[in-house]
Amino acid sequence: MREHFDILIVGAGPAGIAAAVSAGTSRERVALVDDNPAPGGQIWRNGSMKDTAAHSWFAKLDTTSLTRLQGWQAFDCPEPGVLRAEFRSECRELHFDRLILATGARERFLPFPGWTLPNVMGVGGLDSMVRGGLPIAGKRVVIAGTGPLLLAVAAHLARRGAKIVALCEQAPLRRFVPFTAHLLREPAKLLQGITCVMAARGTRFYTGCWPVAAHGTERLESVTLQQNERQWAERCDYLACGFHLLPNLELPALLGCHIEEGFVVTDRLQRTSVADVFCAGEPTGIGGVERALLEGQIAGWAAAGNIQKAARQARRRMRALSFVRALKAATALNSQLKELASDLTLVCRCEDISFGELHKHACWRDAKLHTRCGMGPCQGRICGTAAEFLFGWDSASIRSSIRPPVFPALISSLGHSGVSERESESLTGRNID
Amino acid sequence: MPEPAHSINLKVNGVSLTVAPGTTVVAAILMTRAHTRRSVTGEPRGPLCGMGICFECRARIDGRAHQRSCEILCAEGMEVHTQ
Repeated sequence: MREHFDILIVGAGPAGIAAAVSAGTSRERVALVDDNPAPGGQIWRNGSMKDTAAHSWFAKLDTTSLTRLQGWQAFDCPEPGVLRAEFRSECRELHFDRLILATGARERFLPFPGWTLPNVMGVGGLDSMVRGGLPIAGKRVVIAGTGPLLLAVAAHLARRGAKIVALCEQAPLRRFVPFTAHLLREPAKLLQGITCVMAARGTRFYTGCWPVAAHGTERLESVTLQQNERQWAERCDYLACGFHLLPNLELPALLGCHIEEGFVVTDRLQRTSVADVFCAGEPTGIGGVERALLEGQIAGWAAAGNIQKAARQARRRMRALSFVRALKAATALNSQLKELASDLTLVCRCEDISFGELHKHACWRDAKLHTRCGMGPCQGRICGTAAEFLFGWDSASIRSSIRPPVFPALISSLGHSGVSERESESLTGRNID
Repeated sequence: MPEPAHSINLKVNGVSLTVAPGTTVVAAILMTRAHTRRSVTGEPRGPLCGMGICFECRARIDGRAHQRSCEILCAEGMEVHTQ
């Protein structure tokens, strides 16, 4: 199935929604493609309707005239001006004049003994489970890692009745607090509220603290935490552990967008190095919702040819940039985190490749060829970023192995017609189970 | 959160479950057990990212193999099979 749009937007988080609303006010034919069941991205997932900003943007999106491809996964760019997307067994070729990439970010995960046990999840990971209906009331939860997400998720889970037994931020206190305050909109009030709720439930805060091992057989039972020289165990049902955010760069990289220091480079109108391809939100720098909304608006207006309006907003974007840099510094990882994995700790969860097998290799390509690391269904999204930190492997060289399909897809979706139902069930892009 | 207007019935590995509208398939699986699959060396694995990145939550949903269960909502009569 072939369709043509003047402006195609990938990703329906805050940046994508803002882009769609801004571009949708023009006469352009606009489409918004997103792999989640509902718009909102990760930050405005199910349950964010009390958030007034989210509410107002969802309302604007609902009154915008555009084609919504919700639940569709963009996985290939077979030629300039065309994206392929899949929904269940259906595939569409989406032709476009201009493209806005608002692909968002994911959590960074670092391996430590036991991190592959069931019920060890990301911070946003556990939050998304709970927003998706996982009962959390009465459960004992340890939240660890780094970044403003830790506090926000702790507060949310505590409100849902979870017992947050420990909240462990790897950064030292002096570096972390100012930025959490900066990020949350009404910092003093909110922090006070969070502190009250969690203190009442017995949460202990630790800074310069992280998990060194998770224990259990078929599922998590306890976690060993470390702060300075002290180690102790906490019994828990869930460990939510994530080390801040990393941009989803697979699609921008596949399209050939110039990437520098791990982020897509854009000009003040959100134009990338590739003609008619724009990028907005976390892929250009981790900076939170407000910045993503701003960049989405700029990209939407610029793509629709409303340069004056875009340029006016672009001046506000400059101010957001300093915050991006500051947040990056605040969440810089302690190098001791490189020593958590033992030789037996798995780094690649898809192919079960251990730290010991990987550290013999000189680079990502070498490791990949000899061990199958990064060749499973996640295509190195989890282990590649861990390897970058653990072994100092160059992120550009890790990205150079990105090729289509950037998400596993059915063989029939790749344009091979006449494939039987049974054959087309085996997925391409990697070797699955 | 408002009270759900109705509930959804589905089966996970043959076990009948009733969940609220808006429940993801992965959350429904986790209501029955902690793991979603066995790894290539046989380890139990549960979901990690919750956002369609890690593929640890993949399951057969209504006959379609390798679906990311964190990105799909439960529907009436749905049949889910994990490894």
